[in-house]
This record gives sequence, C-alpha cells and structure tokens, in this order.
Amino acid sequence: MADFVLKPLSPLGHTTAHITTIGPLTIAENTAVALASLASRLGQAGDVAGIAARLGLPLPVAGHCATGAVYSAFWLGPQQWMVEAPFVSHEDIVAQLKPQFGEAASITEQTDAWVRFDLAAPDLPPLLERLCNYDLRKHGPGCASRTVIEHLGCYLVHRAFGEITLLGPRSSARSLHHALMTAANSLY
Amino acid sequence: MSRITGGQIDRSKTLRFSFDGQSYTGHPGDTLASALLANGVRLMGRSFKYHRPRGPFSAGSEEPNAIVQLHNGARQEPNTRATTAELFDGLAARSQNCWPSLKFDAMAINDRLSPFFAAGFYYKTFMWPAAFWEKVYEPIIRRAAGLGSLSVADDPDEYDKGFLHCDLLIIGAGPAGLAAALVAGRSGARVILADEDFRMGGRLNAETFEIGGGSGADWAAAAVAELASLPHVRLMPRSTVIGAFDHGIYSAVERVSDHLTAPMPGKPRQILWRIYAARAILAAGAVERPIAFENNDRPGIMLAGALRAYANRWGVAVGSRMAVFTNNDDGLRTAVDLRSKGLQVAIIDARLGDVVIDAAGRLGLKSLTVRRASGQIETLPVDALGVSGGWNPNLNIASNHRARPVWNDQIAAFVPAPRSIAGLVCVGAAAGQMSTHAALQSGAAAAAQVMSDLAVTPAVFDLPSAEDAPLNLTPLWYIAAGKGRAWIDQQNDVTVKDVKLAKQEGFVSVEHLKRYTTLGMATDQGKTGNVLGLAVMAELTGKTIPQTGTTMYRPPYTPVPLGVLAGRSRGKDFRPTRHTPSHTWASEQGAVFVEVGMWLRTQWLPRDGETTWRQSVDREVLQTRASVGICDVTTLGKVDIQGSDAGLLLDRVYANGFSMLAVGKVRYGLMLREDGVVMDDGTTARMAANEYVMTTTTANAVPVFRHLEYCRQVLWPDLDVQLISTTEAWAQFSVAGPNARKLLANVVDQDISNDAFPYMACGAITVFGGLRARLFRISFSGELAYEIAVPTRYGDAMIRALVDAGRAFDAVVYGTESLGVMRVEKGHVAGNELNGQSSALNMGLGKMVSRKKDAIGMVLSQRAGMTVETGYRLVGVKPVDPTHSLTAGAHFLATGAAAQAGNDAGWLTSVVHSPHLGHAIALGYLKSGDARMGERLRVVNLLAGTDVAVEIVSPHFVDPEGGRVRG
Repeated sequence: MADFVLKPLSPLGHTTAHITTIGPLTIAENTAVALASLASRLGQAGDVAGIAARLGLPLPVAGHCATGAVYSAFWLGPQQWMVEAPFVSHEDIVAQLKPQFGEAASITEQTDAWVRFDLAAPDLPPLLERLCNYDLRKHGPGCASRTVIEHLGCYLVHRAFGEITLLGPRSSARSLHHALMTAANSLY
Repeated sequence: MSRITGGQIDRSKTLRFSFDGQSYTGHPGDTLASALLANGVRLMGRSFKYHRPRGPFSAGSEEPNAIVQLHNGARQEPNTRATTAELFDGLAARSQNCWPSLKFDAMAINDRLSPFFAAGFYYKTFMWPAAFWEKVYEPIIRRAAGLGSLSVADDPDEYDKGFLHCDLLIIGAGPAGLAAALVAGRSGARVILADEDFRMGGRLNAETFEIGGGSGADWAAAAVAELASLPHVRLMPRSTVIGAFDHGIYSAVERVSDHLTAPMPGKPRQILWRIYAARAILAAGAVERPIAFENNDRPGIMLAGALRAYANRWGVAVGSRMAVFTNNDDGLRTAVDLRSKGLQVAIIDARLGDVVIDAAGRLGLKSLTVRRASGQIETLPVDALGVSGGWNPNLNIASNHRARPVWNDQIAAFVPAPRSIAGLVCVGAAAGQMSTHAALQSGAAAAAQVMSDLAVTPAVFDLPSAEDAPLNLTPLWYIAAGKGRAWIDQQNDVTVKDVKLAKQEGFVSVEHLKRYTTLGMATDQGKTGNVLGLAVMAELTGKTIPQTGTTMYRPPYTPVPLGVLAGRSRGKDFRPTRHTPSHTWASEQGAVFVEVGMWLRTQWLPRDGETTWRQSVDREVLQTRASVGICDVTTLGKVDIQGSDAGLLLDRVYANGFSMLAVGKVRYGLMLREDGVVMDDGTTARMAANEYVMTTTTANAVPVFRHLEYCRQVLWPDLDVQLISTTEAWAQFSVAGPNARKLLANVVDQDISNDAFPYMACGAITVFGGLRARLFRISFSGELAYEIAVPTRYGDAMIRALVDAGRAFDAVVYGTESLGVMRVEKGHVAGNELNGQSSALNMGLGKMVSRKKDAIGMVLSQRAGMTVETGYRLVGVKPVDPTHSLTAGAHFLATGAAAQAGNDAGWLTSVVHSPHLGHAIALGYLKSGDARMGERLRVVNLLAGTDVAVEIVSPHFVDPEGGRVRG
C-alpha cells in the first residue's frame, strides 16, 4: 500500500477501522478490502469466465458469493460481480484487473463507495431479522444478496455460520452503524 | 363476586395495581378485567355517546365496553381493553370518557336526552344555521368526541420492526392451531405460531373440556411445551396478527414489554413483524355474539363464554346469583361449569320460549325481567348474566383481500369463503367448525395438506379424543319487547332502534347502515355487534342476512399504536443521513448545514464577526470571483458507463450528442423525458473510448440511474453497455475562481496549464505525489473552475489539503447558498428551473436538442404546444430600483395590468442577492421572454404583498462572453 501524503479515514471517520462489541456480537468496520465491479461486455461471458478462472477469481452464480486465494466475489446481477481483494496489495484494483480483462469486461472501482461491516456472533439470524428482509436461516454460508437496511440499499454476504459482511453506502456509514447498534442493543 | 378455586393464576404471588386511584391486588395470570372483577369491580367504563355505565362484556380482544387508560405520564395509553391488559405489579389504570367520576358522570345527561341523539342526529341537528358549524358545533363535538386522551408528550418507548420467514404461519394457538403446529412442527417445517394472548391454548384455557382423557388446558400446555422444544418452531405469544397483505405477507404486533412496568433499557416495547409465509392457517377461533334486549348493557351482563372463562381460567365468580340466557347448547356449558363450582345459575333458554326482556341496575345488574314461554313475566334477582346468541367465526384476516364471507345456516353465522386468500386455510371455529374435535381434526388435516403441498412428509398425528357436540342453535337476534333501547353495538351505542331508524330513512345497505349508525366502528370494529346489526336489518327488510350484506374487515385486527408502525424511524432517526467527505472538517469550522435529500451539505461557513448569513454568503461569492473558492460537490450523482455502445446509449438518453465526444473531454448534457420535458442535466466526461462518467443533479442521482438501467435493460438490451453508480466512491471538490489553477498546481502532479488541460478537459491524474484522482475542467460559477476527485477515504484529507494550498490565495470554502448565487449570476438552470414542466426551449437551451439523431423526448419536444414562440423563455430579471428586493414565485404582469390569472405572463423561478452586482437578481420564465430584453414589467406576489418594477435582461449577469471559464 502506497504511503500517500493524504491520510485516509474510515467511513466512520476513524484513522483505524472501528470495532464495537455488544454482547456476543462484534461489529467490525473493515477498510482492508478493495472492491471493483466486474461486468461482462455483451457476448463476452465466455472470455470473462476464462480470464477469471486463470486469475483464480471465482464468479459465483446468482445470490451467492465465493472465495478465492486473492480474489473473492459476490454476484450483483446478470454477468456482474463485485470483486474483493486485499486493499494493501490492490488499492488501485481497476489498474490490476483491467489489463487482464481488456475489452471483455467493464470494471469500475467501488472500494470507497461502501462501508463494510463484518458482523460476527454465534447466532446472527435474530439480529438480521430485526434489520432486513433476508432469510439468513434459509440462505446459509455462501449466499449473498442485495437488501435494504434502515432504508439503505446494502449488500449482505454470508461468509460462514456466525459471520456476515454488510456493505452499505459509505456516506451513510454512521446511520447504518447506528441501526446495527440499535438492533443489537434491542436484542442483547 | 370473588375469587373461587381453580384457574390459571399464580396465587403464590400478589400483584398490586390501581384503578381510578384505588389500590387493588391480583395475581400473575390475571388480566386487568379479571383482577377488577375479582375485587368486586364491575363498572369499568362509560359508553361512547350516552355515557352509559359499562362493565366487561367479554374476556378477550373483542371487548367493546371495558376500555380504559393505562399507565401515567408520557406512557399514558388510552382506549386499552381491560380484558386483554396483562396484570403486572404497579399497573395504573383509569377509566375514561367520564367526568367527574366513573360512578357519577355528568355527561350521562346524554342518556336522558337520548331521543335527541338517535342515529344520524349530527346530520340533522347541525345543518343550521350554517355559520354555527365552524365556531360552535364543531368545537363542541370535538370536545365531546373520543374516548381516552393522549398525554401529548413524546412517547418514551422504543419500537422495533423485523422480518420473519416461515413455511407455515399459524394464526391462533387454540386447539386447531396447536394441532396444526404439532403436525407441521413434527414434520420439520419452519413454523410460526402466533397468538394474541399471553397464554397459548385459546379457549382450552377457558373451558373444562377434556382432550385425550385429560384436561384440555393441560393438553394445550403439553402441546406448547413440545412445540417449544422443536428447533424450527417459533412460538409467538402476545403477538397479534393484524392483517394479511399481498403474496403471503402477514403483519403481526408482538407486545414485548407491555406486561412490564416499563421496557428494559434499550429494549422495544413492541415489535412490528412482517411475516413471509409460504402458507398460512387461520385458527383464530370464534367470537360469541349477544342477543339484544332492553338494557342489555348493564355492568354484569356479558357473553356467556366470558362468564365461564372468568370462572374457569381466572378463578373469578362474576356474581353471586347468576343466570344464563342462551339460544344454543354452548350457553348451557356456562351454567354447567358455574354450577360445578357451587355457584347459583338460573337458565333462560330461548329455545324453550323463555326470554330476557329487560335488565335493571344502573351501575351494576340487579335483576332481570324474564318472559316465560307461558307469557308469565318474572323478575329474577341476579347480579351477573351470561348471554349467548351463538358464535361468529373470527374470519377478519380472511376477508382482508375482500373475499366476501359465506353464510352458514347450520351455525347461523358467516364463515370464510374458500380460498379467500391465496395460501391461507381456515380451520376450527374460524372456519365454522365449532366442536373441539373438529378443531383438532381440521387443524391437523390442514397442516398435513400444507406439508404435502410443500413436498414435506407430514408427521403422524394421533387425533386425541375430544368433545364433538353440536351447537343446536336456534337463531335469535333481539327481543322485541318494550319501548326501551336494546344495544347491538355497545361501544358505539348503536341500538335496535337506530337500525330501525336507518331502515326507515333508507339506509338499508350494509355500508350505509354502518355510516349512518356508526355500527362496527371504533376500537372493537364491531366484533360482537356487526352480525347482530345485519340480522336486525334483515328482519326489518324481510331479506335474509346474506342478502342484506356481509361483514368485511380491513387490517388491523385490533388497534395498533402508531409508535410501532413508525418503528425506529422517528425523531432524528426518521431517515438515514448522508455525510459528505468534508463533513467532519466543515463541522470543525462551524459550518451551517442544510438537508438536501438525505445529504447534509454545507450551506455556508460563517467567520468570526459575521452575524447574518448574507454576510457569509456575500463574502464567499466575492472571494471566489476575486480569487478562488472550494466547494464539496460529492453529492452530485456519478454514473460509470462502460461498453462499446456506451456512446450510443448516451446519444439516445441525452438530447445532444455524446458518441462523437473526444476522449478526455466533458460535455454538458440535457436529458429529456419521453414527453419532451427536461428530466435532468449534468456533464458527462469521456474517460476512455468505451468509458464515460456521467454526473447528475444531486436530487436526481437515483431517478437518472434508474432511468438509465431501464433504458439499458428494457428498451435496448442489445446494446453493450454496463452501468454502476460511483457517487459515493469519489470525494469531489469544485475549485473555482481566477486562482483555481494556481491553487491546483500545488496539488496536481501533472501539467494543468490552459494548453495542457483546456476548458472542458478531463482525465485521470495523480495528486500529492501519486494518489490516483480525476480532474474535470468544468464550471458552474462562470469562473475558471475545476472539479477534482479522489477516492472517498482521502476526502477529509483532501479538503484540508486544498484549504492549506489555498491559504496563499486567501481561498474560501463555500456552501450551497453561494453555489446558488453564482449559478444564478451565470444564468445556469437548476432545480427551480428543472421543474418537471419545462422544455429545453423554455430554458433557452433549444439548440441542444439535436435533430441529427433520435433521442428520448426529441420527437415530443417538437410538439406544437412545446415550440410556440409565445411560450415561456428563461430570462434574467433585475429590479428597476436596485434597492428593491425580489421574491421567488412572484408573477410577471404588464405595467397597469390587474393581478389576475389571465394577465399572468410567467414567474420568477430563482432569486438571489448578487454581491457582484450589489442588488437582487432573478431568473424567471416569461412568455416570449427571449424577445423582451430591456422591457419593463412588474413582478407581483399577492401572498407576500409585493409589487416590484423590474427590467428583463439576459440571464447571464456575469461574464456573458464566457471568457473567464476559458482563461
């Protein structure tokens, strides 16, 4: 990661990612992941799949996420994924992906469009059912979806039992965090 | 009236509570009504219109009479049913709709004046003189209307909302619901069992029936215990399903903390659940209905099922000498149960020709007048009467989608129509199957069918033995004897006479009957009175009940506090807030913020010594034009558009062309709606051959993105275009003013001289030694200006760095007010001009609508009405006397013309004080405005009382030649 003159702030306004613990729940702001949207150009699905496979970039089916060694991804729409990679090595993620995919895919930096909260607790469904219309009990680890939390369009990625990632609009990071805290305080 | 043995109350614990300031005791398991009855209190309320003394009529949520206020202070809650309020230590309840006391209510004079208060008296009485309505009648009616009162303080409690999903939602945990839950739960399905009561079991808790050779209540408790042990079953006591909505969605209110003195800190009082159910079973039981007779509303007269419920479940004998008046065998059960407890009960069986014709005892029942089949009149000294006119299936939820219930002669009641709601099955008493056996059997069978439908193997359920006796009901609705009033709808004081009057005056349709008499309105929604009212009307008109009409119900099933509908969205949390990247810095500077949608934007930044906003804004504008100003413009929508057909898409969605725009260039674009009216404007930059970045107005960021997706996905799916919003990904700042380039030269790593980076250039750059960034040379102020963007995490550092770099030039940071002033000075249209009814031609941008290509809105923008030469055109406006101010919204009138709509020539859209010119200026739409430069008119605002002489000028007040932006 380059050491720029300008120093970054986390979406919650901290110099380091903010972590909150309420009862069994940990809400961890995560700024260590770079994001890019990857969309196949028309008629290029095959090429994109081939290039992605070569890169070890998984392209999960609708409603799912998948983890790779460097790149992970979750599904956004038909032939469109959100690609995740370590920020420390992929801060300029588009510059790293674009040469690989060339004109086969449209790639757009999304890293700072989102606030990422990693939620961990032994039993997350009771929390999520206070927050969004996503059936976490039915959609186990490996599932991902767009959903609405506190009027905000968010992505929910079910990493493992007891572990989910929420991506919400960065500008509303404090509102989203407040909603998570309120629901957690109401529950625990 | 006292406690008797038995019941499901915990006598080892004593709870203290108060009613009208008097202290009483009860036990866990009591309701407020059962505890008051146990303390000998029968009088609990006053009726709505006549202020008649009333006691509890039921033992459930159908209660029309025992309506009280709970809690004190800000938690005061009016119109709560004492029959469902769970008793807790410290509960404070008060009677309502009475003054000065419950026992002596001065407003009971209404009862004496009842001949004047017949149905429809409002409409007849208050029609004249017309002038009296607003000043006299309405205030009086408003004071008299309503039952309880609000605290008018903020609700101190928190409410939550949530979402649940299940294979099967079962509404009601009586025998049918429990049987269904056992089948589905044992089958491994995801089951939600919701019941409004705090103890599951439904009528089994109130009856002495046996199930499987043991007590029905014990069977229910065992069933609940088993269900609680099943991992996929969610038991929701204290949860009322209030409505059925589309696509298998049901709504339920869970009363999380209503049985506590106050919610635990941070915990909600109630939760509004939205339940997504693949299937649902309605097992809501039935509500008993009365038989109307004269003075049948005396405290102590209640439904027969309630009378035995108080005895069986709560161990309360409502009276010492009781009677039962029934037209069916179920009513007799009350007599049997009470007698088995050693209580005196007389039976008046209408099927044998005996009827109650009157009741005495103003504050509590003292005696009944009974007419025997022989015609003999008797007076029975009783202090409690149970009345049973039959049972109405609780079909409310099943009619939420407007399925009309069907009349069932066997039980003389409406039952739910088959398939009334997709995916919902009605079982047990809710379906008109009135025996316990039928309830168990139908509940289990329905659940098994649901399991099969969902491809789940249904578990075995051994149907336990249970009573299966018929009701043996002979319909009887009211006793036509005497001249007194017989109550049908006790909450609204609707009597048999009122229904007769409605019929007499032609209000025979069920909907008219309801509105004319108020039958079925208010908190109980006619649960005990509706069918009775219909039956009386049917008898009067000589029609059958189903011919007369049907009862239908809208959600909610029972009253719902508004707080739970709001959930967490109240006060400052009404909606989320969006913060700009410079928000923290601006807060430190004491910025004044303004809400722009959900965004909080800096409106202006006061400096020491500035006492008015104008001082701050004037300084920001003058300093920007004199040197340089910085503004956070992150809120503008940004859409990344890529693909080999990206330019073609832009050609089609913008009125002007973009496919020929050179890489590294920006162009102003005008987006039209299909009808030719301007939808939005903004700039679009071509970052690479197949990559554009569109900016939208802040307000239209989402609508424009949605429009683009619609175009891409629906209109032209054959185009190779991909879209994604990047509004939040980049922190973008405008740097404007003659020293903008000099300031940025200390920030940007590349050459941004006029040759290297000319007007309307754009490109990827780096700042401060390598951080990736974007630069756009565009101007909204009319000055030499740039917009520079860095990844948002660096936005806070960037504003601080720009301010630091600007110190050498005495740079200012300006807010939205100055932004607005400068755009008006330059003549740029914005939200006030993009008003959803104006075309490009109106805005003076007609030439931007290209005829060389097709685009959305292009054809319709050429309609005759849109292109008429006398139409509105954007003009600049200044007051003839520079000391005069202008008012936005003021209308153009010719000198001497009357201020009438027919003379209206247009209006002022935007007004600002121009510090540059030293007087007010405005933009406006004026008929034939482009041909009226120099003309003098008036702008008149009748609301503000202003009439100002103005001169029509070019909308470009600053640098009309555009030299500054290119410099």
